[in-house]
Amino acid sequence: MKKFQLGEFEEIVILTIAVLYKEAYGVGIRKEIESRLVRKVSMGALHTALVRLEDKGYIKSHEGEATEERAGRPKKYFQITALGKKAMEYSKDTRNELWRSIPKMALELKAV
Amino acid sequence: MKKPPRLFLRFFRWYCHPKLLGHIEGDLIEVYNEQVKVSKRRADINFIIDVVLLCRPGIIKPVEVHSNINQRAMLKSYLKIGWRNLTGNMGYSLINIGGLAIGMTVAIFIGLWVHDETSFNKYHENYDYIGQIRHNNYDPSTGLIEGGLALEFPIGAALKNTYPQYFKHVVMAWWPGDYSISSGEEKFARRGMFAESTALEMFSIKMKEGSYRSLDKQNSIVISQAMADAIFGKEDPMNKSLRINNNMDVEVTGVFETIPRNNQLGDVHFFAPWSLWIASNAWLHGKETDWDNRMTNTYVQLEPNTTVEEVNAAIKDLFPKNVPADFYATIAKYKPHPVIVPMNKWHLYSEFENGEPAGGLITFVWLFGIVGVFVLLLACINFINLSTARSEKRAREVGVRKAIGSARNQLVLQFLSESLMVVTIAFAVSMLLVVSLQPLFNELADKEISLPFANVEFWGIVIAFIVLTGIMAGLYPAVYLSSFQPARVLKGALRLSRFGTLPRKVLVVVQFTVSVVLIIGTLIVYKQIGFARDRPVGYNRSGLISMGTADPGFDGKMNVLRTELLASGVVSEVATASAPLTALWNTTGGYDWPGKDPNAESDFANVNITYEFGKTVGWEIVAGRDFSREFGTDSANAIIINQAAAKYMGLENPVGERLTDVNEVGKFKWSKEIIGVVKDLVVSSPYEPVMQTIYYQNDQNDHILHIRIDPSVSAATAIPTIKEVLAKIVPTAPFDYDFVDDEFAAKFSQEQRVGKLSAIFSVLAIFISCLGLFGLSSFVAEQRTKEIGIRKVMGASIGSLWQMLSKDFVLLVIVACFIAIPAGYFLMNLWLEKFEYRTETSWWVFILTCLAAVVITLLTVSYQSIKAAMMNPVNSLRSE
Repeated sequence: MKKFQLGEFEEIVILTIAVLYKEAYGVGIRKEIESRLVRKVSMGALHTALVRLEDKGYIKSHEGEATEERAGRPKKYFQITALGKKAMEYSKDTRNELWRSIPKMALELKAV
Repeated sequence: MKKPPRLFLRFFRWYCHPKLLGHIEGDLIEVYNEQVKVSKRRADINFIIDVVLLCRPGIIKPVEVHSNINQRAMLKSYLKIGWRNLTGNMGYSLINIGGLAIGMTVAIFIGLWVHDETSFNKYHENYDYIGQIRHNNYDPSTGLIEGGLALEFPIGAALKNTYPQYFKHVVMAWWPGDYSISSGEEKFARRGMFAESTALEMFSIKMKEGSYRSLDKQNSIVISQAMADAIFGKEDPMNKSLRINNNMDVEVTGVFETIPRNNQLGDVHFFAPWSLWIASNAWLHGKETDWDNRMTNTYVQLEPNTTVEEVNAAIKDLFPKNVPADFYATIAKYKPHPVIVPMNKWHLYSEFENGEPAGGLITFVWLFGIVGVFVLLLACINFINLSTARSEKRAREVGVRKAIGSARNQLVLQFLSESLMVVTIAFAVSMLLVVSLQPLFNELADKEISLPFANVEFWGIVIAFIVLTGIMAGLYPAVYLSSFQPARVLKGALRLSRFGTLPRKVLVVVQFTVSVVLIIGTLIVYKQIGFARDRPVGYNRSGLISMGTADPGFDGKMNVLRTELLASGVVSEVATASAPLTALWNTTGGYDWPGKDPNAESDFANVNITYEFGKTVGWEIVAGRDFSREFGTDSANAIIINQAAAKYMGLENPVGERLTDVNEVGKFKWSKEIIGVVKDLVVSSPYEPVMQTIYYQNDQNDHILHIRIDPSVSAATAIPTIKEVLAKIVPTAPFDYDFVDDEFAAKFSQEQRVGKLSAIFSVLAIFISCLGLFGLSSFVAEQRTKEIGIRKVMGASIGSLWQMLSKDFVLLVIVACFIAIPAGYFLMNLWLEKFEYRTETSWWVFILTCLAAVVITLLTVSYQSIKAAMMNPVNSLRSE
């Protein structure tokens, strides 16, 4: 089912959203990814991915409360949609399928 | 709470999509606040990095692309509303259109003039390769290179023989001159050139009949179409006979298309063979090897793969390679060398400095070009000022449009299209103006300019011109008008800040500065002309006529002619001279006198005159005596010098001293006594000092006949009588005379033209500026209607109201004057410097101009101010 286009980074973001469950918002997602994957995430990349995911319909957002730390700007919380869940599962299944199909020898990687 | 870098925050807010703005900004600030606890610098840097990296397609707000479905309808609506606006405010519209039309007309005329000047000589196909040879030599007394277009006779052949590989053609020619052409009994005066036959091919003369070989036969002539029509009418001129100057019989062997006026050869109507000229002038026989005298012209056409610089360098040693041995000393001293002046420099760069073309008419081309641009600018400034000033009327419209959903650039488009409409109408008006004023302009500028309607390029330029002017005039108002914020505007709270009126004030000042500078310039030009005119010329210009005596019928008849003319009763004196009174024809060097520095130069102008010359022209002897028949030895022994010569030679009492002529190697030729000193005669430029001149008594060198009309007789009665006498004694010569004062006046023609054009431009510039001021002041008065009404009710007099309304504008003009005065002074001094004999930039010119500017401003503004001040307060306070 080709309709589930999910880039590598997008996949990570959507997984992180799932992990954070009800606490998934911009800065939070970024911190989570940076700590788990030990990889620098720029705000630009992250927000672009979020916009794309929302456009594809894999996640949905709702406004949160405004806080002093954010100078009065509201937070935007993200959640996975049903379509998003399907996309994640599709991705997971195809990866697993590929893993299962690897012949034993290929993973041994001993010099011949 | 520490704040993140403001500039980048603003940048972010600017580019970010509104939907995403809120929470992304919140994220940025949250991160920032966390990091700032550790280190502000780190936090700032990270903030900046994040903002920069956020600048990507998914986040940037989309450019507002509007569906183009209704574009046509929108444009129609813009034009309709624009038109309604125009007709609804007739007064302002007329001012706008009028000002722009005048500005455009001026710009168009100047553009045509510049085009005519810069396309001079482009008629010739070989334009890029043709040049004229100039003789340059080093002048030891000044250390500079000087020279002229008169060449030694042998140069043509020398070039051909020594450097054949560079030249496709080398053409010897005589100076274009006026000749008398007779066809049967009728006589015509025409300008023509005697040149070698290859001239036709070199100049790519368009032969309608005949060919490039038409001048191969010695007794042939090719004439222009215009000349053919004048002499032969409808008949075919080919093979008919003509007589040049009554001593050269020729047959018409060709007819060529009349050369257009904007060419150096533009007034040459016939070409005749060089060999004919040599054969007909005995004094030229044997001059083929004369390196001592410079008198011929030589034109060349370079081979296609050479450049002027290359050839100039190569032919530098022409003289050492070709002159006879006894000239070696002279050329070592003066280092003469030929220089090719390319055709593209002939017209605009005719003045030379140190041997190189250094300017001339090109300065006028630049000057008028700049003036044209400025006048157009003034008109555009008017437009800008009026549009922005009246913007408040359209503020509500802008507010409503924006509230409904119009985007900024749609509004800009709307206002730009309105300005384009106005500009197009103004252009149509200016076309009408140009066409109707064309004959006047041609007369003023002495040209034959017309709008090249048939030329496709012309229409391309026209469209570009309209668009450019439209944008130049309309951009600022469009941007300004479209920047109104609907909320403020619809509430009616639009109050112009102080800075709002500043650009307008600056523009008015610019307008008036330009106008005042133009006026100052005009006044100084006229002052200079008057100054030079009033310069004492040393002789009596009026009532004096002169004519050439080239016709052989004059030979031997001079004395008879004089007697008969004197007997006729209308003439008081007659004389001949070797040169006219208004041109310098001959200078020679190599003289010696007591007290002369052996190394100094000794160039003098020479004129040969008859005994009665002094009395005929009315010169003033200040020391010694005039030539007189009582002293039989005058022609052999006596010379008269002018005051400039006496000063040049450093002689306190020149009368009685002897002047000696030596040749190049110092050998004695003759010695004569100075018998008199005459007051300087201004012969060449009235702006230059008079050259040192020697007058010789010689009846033979009688090229020009001078006749002094009896002062008690009017010219109108004298001329026909003189004509009769001439017809009787010299029946073959046409009565082709000139009044000397007319010839002299012609020397001022260029400056006069500049003066007239400058005056016209100044008047137009002031008019346009005042037009703008008129519109502005009426607008301001309208704005302050209520204020004036209240003041009147409170008891203000008309006088004080008038003062209040006019004060601002007068102040602006005074500021403009302060800027214009130093600018004008500087520019005028620059122009006057090139005249050695010049007037000064006196202070009264500046004061007068400023006063005039202020008065004109007051008059313009007062009309509106007084009208507003006199309005019934009941009406002004009643408004909605």
